[in-house]
Amino acid sequence: RRSHESKREEKEGGNTEIKARIPQRKKDIRRKRREVFGEDEWSKAEKSCNGKRKRDWKTSHKEQKEAKNREKQIQRKKEKQLKKHSSSPSISNSSDNEFIAEEEMAHIMEQVEEKKKVIATIRNKPWPMMKKLEVLREAQAFVEKFEGALGKGKGKKFYAYKMMMNKKWIKFKRDFDNFKTQCIPWEMKIKEIESHFGSSVASYFIFLRWMYGVNLVLFGLIFGLVIIPEILMGMPYGSIPRKTVPRAEEEKAMDFSVLWDFEGYIKYSALFYGYYNNQRTIGWLKYRLPMAYFMVGVSVFGYSLMVVIRSMASNAQENTGEGNGDNFTFSFKMFTSWDYLIGNTETADNKYASITTSFKESIVDEQESNKEENIHLTRFLRVLANFLIICCLCGSGYLIYFVVKRSQEFSKMQNVSWYERNEVEIVMSLLGMFCPPLFETIAALENYHPRIGLKWQLGRIFALFLGNLYTFLLALMDDVHLKLSNEEAIKNITHWTLFNYYNASMWNESVTRPPLHPADVPRGSCWETTVGIEFVRLTVSDILVTFITILLGDFLRACFVRFMNYCWCWDLEAGFPSYSEFDISGNVLGLIFNQGMIWMGSFYAPGLVGINVLRLLTSMYFQCWAVMSSNVPHERVFKASKSNNFYMGLLLLVLFLSLLPVAYTIMSLPPSFDCGPFSGKNRMYDVIQETIENDFPAFVSKIFGYIANPGLIIPAILLMALAIYYLNSVSKGLARANTQLRKKIQALREAEKINKSNKASAAMKSLQDTNNFKNTNQLQATEEGKLCWNSPLTPLQF
Amino acid sequence: AEEDFSWFDLTEIELLRVKCLPHTLDVLRASSLYTPFHIQLSHKTQRARAHRRFIELLPPESRNVEDSLRVRVSTEQILTLPELKANPFRERICRVFSTAPERDSLSFEDFLDLFSVFSDAATPEIKSHYAFRIFDFDDDGTLNKEDLKCLVNCLTGDGQDTQLTSSEMKQLIENILEESDIDRDGTINLSEFQHVISRSPDFTSSFKIVL
Repeated sequence: RRSHESKREEKEGGNTEIKARIPQRKKDIRRKRREVFGEDEWSKAEKSCNGKRKRDWKTSHKEQKEAKNREKQIQRKKEKQLKKHSSSPSISNSSDNEFIAEEEMAHIMEQVEEKKKVIATIRNKPWPMMKKLEVLREAQAFVEKFEGALGKGKGKKFYAYKMMMNKKWIKFKRDFDNFKTQCIPWEMKIKEIESHFGSSVASYFIFLRWMYGVNLVLFGLIFGLVIIPEILMGMPYGSIPRKTVPRAEEEKAMDFSVLWDFEGYIKYSALFYGYYNNQRTIGWLKYRLPMAYFMVGVSVFGYSLMVVIRSMASNAQENTGEGNGDNFTFSFKMFTSWDYLIGNTETADNKYASITTSFKESIVDEQESNKEENIHLTRFLRVLANFLIICCLCGSGYLIYFVVKRSQEFSKMQNVSWYERNEVEIVMSLLGMFCPPLFETIAALENYHPRIGLKWQLGRIFALFLGNLYTFLLALMDDVHLKLSNEEAIKNITHWTLFNYYNASMWNESVTRPPLHPADVPRGSCWETTVGIEFVRLTVSDILVTFITILLGDFLRACFVRFMNYCWCWDLEAGFPSYSEFDISGNVLGLIFNQGMIWMGSFYAPGLVGINVLRLLTSMYFQCWAVMSSNVPHERVFKASKSNNFYMGLLLLVLFLSLLPVAYTIMSLPPSFDCGPFSGKNRMYDVIQETIENDFPAFVSKIFGYIANPGLIIPAILLMALAIYYLNSVSKGLARANTQLRKKIQALREAEKINKSNKASAAMKSLQDTNNFKNTNQLQATEEGKLCWNSPLTPLQF
Repeated sequence: AEEDFSWFDLTEIELLRVKCLPHTLDVLRASSLYTPFHIQLSHKTQRARAHRRFIELLPPESRNVEDSLRVRVSTEQILTLPELKANPFRERICRVFSTAPERDSLSFEDFLDLFSVFSDAATPEIKSHYAFRIFDFDDDGTLNKEDLKCLVNCLTGDGQDTQLTSSEMKQLIENILEESDIDRDGTINLSEFQHVISRSPDFTSSFKIVL
């Protein structure tokens, strides 16, 4: 600072000149400074405030220590530097000086680097603002003074130019980062919810927003690479049989009820698999649509997998050492249980109550962990409860199978009522709504600790949804096989119809006969489109049920409680039914399963992801409104982030489970002969083979042939299994080393205590000895003795 | 006009400290403005918000830039902020961040310090360092049994029925020391505290205040 101010005084002439010159000069200094600290500070800032929280605790702690040490060195060097500055006027900040010696330059460069590091790490220091300001000012002045002097000779200008471009680039990155942070949607909404309901309810909305982002990317992929090319460059509607509504259905194709069932014009549109043509290349771009369709289908799963695993990994990095025996239940309750985002007194009161309850619970837990009364009765009840629940699950599975079979019979009949058409979806939604409370009532028999009970409940709901979905799929599979077996017959019919059409005696030889109108060509039943339609209908009914449940269950109930409370016998708000609480786990599970259905159905209905994007968007606004208007904060305020990885793990499981049916159908079922991008092939994955043979040079197909050899794949899998085993044993070894270190620390501290007590007893002894001789010596010994005793647990008291 | 003053220049703060002429300040304001280093709030809207909120706490006659950088706001005023109103540690927070000799008032820089530590951009080390200072009720550099007792009482609220009995309290504190006190000296020092906090998955997300 001294050097900087002295410089300023040098350059300032009279007072009148200042007013003209200061703005410009200050601008230069400011620009330099901005660029200087901009570079370092914001490179750190990008890493730290990117919202991803990938912080390595150990290295930044080390950095802090190093920076602190270096800072001391810098202070010392700075003093040396200032002396040098006053003694050697040749080192000035003008860039014309070419007589800087090599050694000095290296020294200066090192110092400049150190100063830059200080500037970069200063935000990690827990110092008060004034101290940070001072240190930064010194560091910046130093860097600014000597940075220009670093380049020498002809390379100087280039060096300065390089530095300037570097700084500009850092500034651009920083501005872009700022812009990106501002683009994150719904921040204020979520903050409002957080302050009213705590972080657990808000975590649902953050999860919803994350899902929305993922779905948006998937939608972009599918829309941009599959739907748009087919619409723009493929054959238009009505040109070929698969793209035209059949003659028989034409009159009813525009009816709303038909459209609602996704038949009619919607069925023969780009939303479903059946619309796509199997032409190898389309348009002037020679776009390979079948290949693109297949690759997009695979990459939907690939991208989702990558995103889920990345999210799990970043969550896992925050919980270091969850499972190596470090049990900090009480400490966590003490130090981390308060949610600082709470800004509402009602929520705060609830939080106090829940913290007290949880303290009392854990104390009681700890005391009663060995007590178990009447083990046999408890065990019997638990077995009974599990048996009942398994019965329920089987019952619901059978019900769904039965209903799907019935709907297949209905589809063959004419004049089916609305109920019969939508029976499957209604039954599935009803099961999803009523079984979970049923499970909860049965689980009251089990008498588990609430946290464990919650886990069981979630597991059972998961099994319910999974069972339902898979039974549904199995029933659908039967239908698919039926359709496939009919294909041969229909192929024959089509062939003969066309044959008869072209050989009919009506037409003259001279006139070129027009081709048969596409609407009249007999059609195969396209099983892929049927599957796609089923998934779309399921999703739509799920959306409707969710919205109606929220409207009725939350909003109307809240209205009823609020307005009827005046004229009701008992207090509606305190007793039954009162306002509802936001059901976090139910909503999160619903979201996860919805996503599972989307993953399953998107291969057969490319438009499904678009529908989901719309659903998530409206769901966000609708649920935010519903939560703020009709829900009250929880009585037991749960912490959500620990379960974050639990929900992510569930999502991963659902991803794999929804990949299975799609992979099975791709690998083992033949595609329909007259609809979709893979029609005419033996299997859907043949498109890859075809592309490699036709579009790539010869050696590529040889390479793929070698790679696909089982002799190569099986050793690769074995190698991966070995790697997992090795990493597992490494982590166990590290955990062992951890416990040993802890024991070491304890042993050291014990040794210290023993030393202290020895010293104290020695002091006391010498005290007793000198007591007999002099009084002054006694006083001295007392002083020495007291110095040893800074621990409150010293056994000797004086 | 308030938007301009959300961006601060180091020189500006320096000049204000030496009581510069008012019109140089105008010149500075008119020139290009850019971000200062010390604010860990991640982008300019948050800085603007911080300054606006601070100005709202000042008496009407000193609601301009120069005064806002010089004047201190008393703790009572700060405690009226809605973000801190419901917090059981609000007085400790104000005390810890205050740089006044009697620790009872906050300048704008202290205010910024406070919100930057509680923001998303602060590292867990900084957060745990300040959390330790907040929980250290007697300011002696370690958390002893008295500190932990005060902490539990803060967390369980003010009502009579929500407080723990003394035997429960004793049991609780013993359990905590059992878990976190590595060197068994009966107190928790900063490194032990940071060790415990680093294992917690919830700390960073709950130790957060958003303006």
